[in-house]
Amino acid sequence: MKEIASTPKASVFEEILDEIDPIIAHGISENSSAMISPDINRRSFLKLWGAGGLGLLLVFNLSEASKAARSNTLSELNAYIRISIDGKVAIYSKNPEVGQGIKTSLPMIIAEELDADWRDVVVEQSPIDESIFGRQNAGGSRSVATNYDALRYAGAAARYMLRAAAAKIWNVPLGECSTELGHVIHAKTGRRIPYGQLGDKAATIPVPEKNKIRLKKRKNFKLLGKRITGVDNYALVTGQPLFGIDQTLPDMLYAVYEKCPAIGGCVKNANYDEVLKLPDVKHVFPLEGNGHPLELSNGVAIVATSTWAAFRAKEKLKVEWDESDASKDDWFELIEQARLLKAQPAQHTLYQTGAVEEAVSDTAKSIQAFYTHHFIAHATLEPQNCTAWYRNDRVEVWAPTQSPGRAVNNIAHTVGLDASKVVVNQTRAGGGFGRRLVNDSVCEAAAISKYINAPVKLQWSREDDMMHDFYRVGGFHAVKGSVDPDGRVTRWGDHLITFSEDGEKSVIAGVPRRPKEEFPASFIENFQLTQSLIPLKTRCGLWRAPNSNTHAWVVQSFLHELSTTAGVDHLEFLLEMIGTAERRGAQNANSLNAERAVDVIQMAALKAGWGRTLPKGRGLGLAFHFSHGGYFAEVAEVSVSETKDVKVHHVTVVGDVGPIINLSGAENQCQGSVIDGLSAMFEQEITMKQGRVEQKNFDTYSLLRISQAPSVDVHFIQSDNPPTGAGEPALTPLAPAVCNAIYSASGHRVRTLPLVKEGFNVI
Amino acid sequence: MPDYMLDVNGKRHFVEEVEEETPLLWVLRDALGLVGTKYGCGIAACGACTMHIDGIAARSCSFPVSAVGDQKIMTIEGLAAEGGALHPLQKAWIEKDVAQCGYCQAGQIMSAAALLAENPDPSDEEIDNALEGNYCRCGTYNRIRAAVRVAANTYNKRGGIE
Repeated sequence: MKEIASTPKASVFEEILDEIDPIIAHGISENSSAMISPDINRRSFLKLWGAGGLGLLLVFNLSEASKAARSNTLSELNAYIRISIDGKVAIYSKNPEVGQGIKTSLPMIIAEELDADWRDVVVEQSPIDESIFGRQNAGGSRSVATNYDALRYAGAAARYMLRAAAAKIWNVPLGECSTELGHVIHAKTGRRIPYGQLGDKAATIPVPEKNKIRLKKRKNFKLLGKRITGVDNYALVTGQPLFGIDQTLPDMLYAVYEKCPAIGGCVKNANYDEVLKLPDVKHVFPLEGNGHPLELSNGVAIVATSTWAAFRAKEKLKVEWDESDASKDDWFELIEQARLLKAQPAQHTLYQTGAVEEAVSDTAKSIQAFYTHHFIAHATLEPQNCTAWYRNDRVEVWAPTQSPGRAVNNIAHTVGLDASKVVVNQTRAGGGFGRRLVNDSVCEAAAISKYINAPVKLQWSREDDMMHDFYRVGGFHAVKGSVDPDGRVTRWGDHLITFSEDGEKSVIAGVPRRPKEEFPASFIENFQLTQSLIPLKTRCGLWRAPNSNTHAWVVQSFLHELSTTAGVDHLEFLLEMIGTAERRGAQNANSLNAERAVDVIQMAALKAGWGRTLPKGRGLGLAFHFSHGGYFAEVAEVSVSETKDVKVHHVTVVGDVGPIINLSGAENQCQGSVIDGLSAMFEQEITMKQGRVEQKNFDTYSLLRISQAPSVDVHFIQSDNPPTGAGEPALTPLAPAVCNAIYSASGHRVRTLPLVKEGFNVI
Repeated sequence: MPDYMLDVNGKRHFVEEVEEETPLLWVLRDALGLVGTKYGCGIAACGACTMHIDGIAARSCSFPVSAVGDQKIMTIEGLAAEGGALHPLQKAWIEKDVAQCGYCQAGQIMSAAALLAENPDPSDEEIDNALEGNYCRCGTYNRIRAAVRVAANTYNKRGGIE
């Protein structure tokens, strides 16, 4: 068996994984427990000018300071504040809004330290330029974590300058000037000046050294931690054009793009002339792929005068594909291969401590189980699309992407231009969930616009979207464990069978990125995580809480199997396991802090009434997981009928992600994570046959509907730890909490997802 | 290809040369520029394209333009009163901060508006039934229910608004 210290670079996807890595997100090295605060000083302000009549304009550039403390690949940040004479405070939100609420929460951080009146704040989506704004993307639940300190200093520095300006005007000491809701106040004389009238003066004040800036104490926050409604809510409920699909350009044409249903297939021939004769069709042509799977794949473009004309023409398009190098994947054959592999020694060890094979004592009971989980699609409700305009050797796009910063380079590479000739405008995106970290549709739109030399909107159909996704990988776990009569786990072995493009490395998110950090590795004396790989051509990607979203299900389900075997209450069992381990502080952002874990578990049990008596056929299930720097425990209350109808009545969520920025947004993310988690475990399944994805639309791939949605109550333990993201970690304990509840209600142990595979029906 | 005269949000729109089977969705979006009505699936499974035809919630992705005739179409852009006063549902959606990505919400609101017009005091089950055809991929169902209840209270106090 080959030993590998860590997972080697798996693919081009690894670059994206680096970008959204929570450890990088915190700027924390593996050996350091200190947060690196972006250093604001005089030198780090790129530009500062007072424009007569326009008020105070501040452009913060923290990239130099950031670079000093981090490597070039790590995140950089800029914030941009404009205070106009009418008192409006315009704040740029630099990252894409995909439903995670960042367009509201990041400006809140600045506004808090600025002491702005939130009613005066106007949020604008920033241009895409990573040389000015630093990394611009939405992934890894990292936007708040990476920007929190720097945005606070940005707001506080501006507030300092406004106070200093007022002090000069009044000729009073700076220390006598305070601020409140967009005004500087001189309490002794009762005078107040609105920020809008201080802009020009403030711009002449030297930018304060960081040590002169005092940040607010959390107990004095007026805005952070409150419920603030989304800044785009009005536009959303009145149907205004916000999304990628809503963009239009003068004389714009409408395109569709047909790719081989089996991944890797190439165009041999097509009925181009026949399609070109159809009503409203302007162009039909093949495009060569550029060899980069995350950019442009081989296919046929149809350009028409309306979306519908293009859709209709695509139905008439007949392409002869060369499938000699295409995927032949078949999900049921892959399952068979996994069954054979589980009986053989694993190919690699990912992490081992102690001796798993010899560690069974006389009194311990041993069990084993085989868990299977499925491939799923992202199915963002807004199908992939992009509007592009290539002219005069420049290209501009309007893209609902999670990674607009990287899109610049993807496009430049695809159309053969220098990145300086590419402009990316970020639109709101109708859901992300990791799908829009890949800019394939963006590159296709740019390439089509270049070919026809005209502005174009590329629209994927739902079928295109479902069949050409980068899927959450399926996988298999052959797990074994032993537990002594006191409920102490004496050994744990997990043989993870996943997939590989090249036969050597796991596909993206197929295995934990840091196996040693993954719960429960460091809580069991004799622990082993091994892997075996099956070749795969189906494209895999990053799906909300990558890897954690399946790993947590296996780990927390099997822990419940062990506690049940020992006859120990599961709450007591979990607390014993985590609590008796050395109560160490977190070594880094990805290292579990036992105390925080115990706190969320205990509170979840308390809020859900753990231990109460329930009628026959009804049960509670408890699960905990730590991912993306966040601690979440969830309790599901579920009933199971004799005909295996499953009703999830209620889910209690308790999380610790440090201080909450926007309580409304954070709660919404957690409720959504629960619904998403349930949706993903119930019926959804992507299967492949002869390399083709068999599900094409929502008639064969369904999302949870409102009548199936449980009520979800969310509680936060707000600690003074650095804030982390709320978009992903709450999803991870949902599946095991529900499966453990199904066991409690019915005695049926779920070891295959989705639930319909084991005969359940979610009602 | 035929021409059509459509009554959308109280205004008459002349649409030239459209294939008979063109779904109303694409006429609204591409020809009339009313992009609040969204494309999600094209098979009437997700509800993102929900609008009203003579007050009934319908899926515009599967409603051919040739079937509209004299019936009145209302989209999310026409839900607020003239002068811009928001419908109680729109207000409730803002107040309850329902949206995450927001892509489905116009369809959700249009389904809920048809419900309240017919049944101003719906039970939770009736709310679920009326919104059963509307997916929310972000999972905002808890808040959708809450917002419909808030709007229903306002609606009743005002004795209906239409």
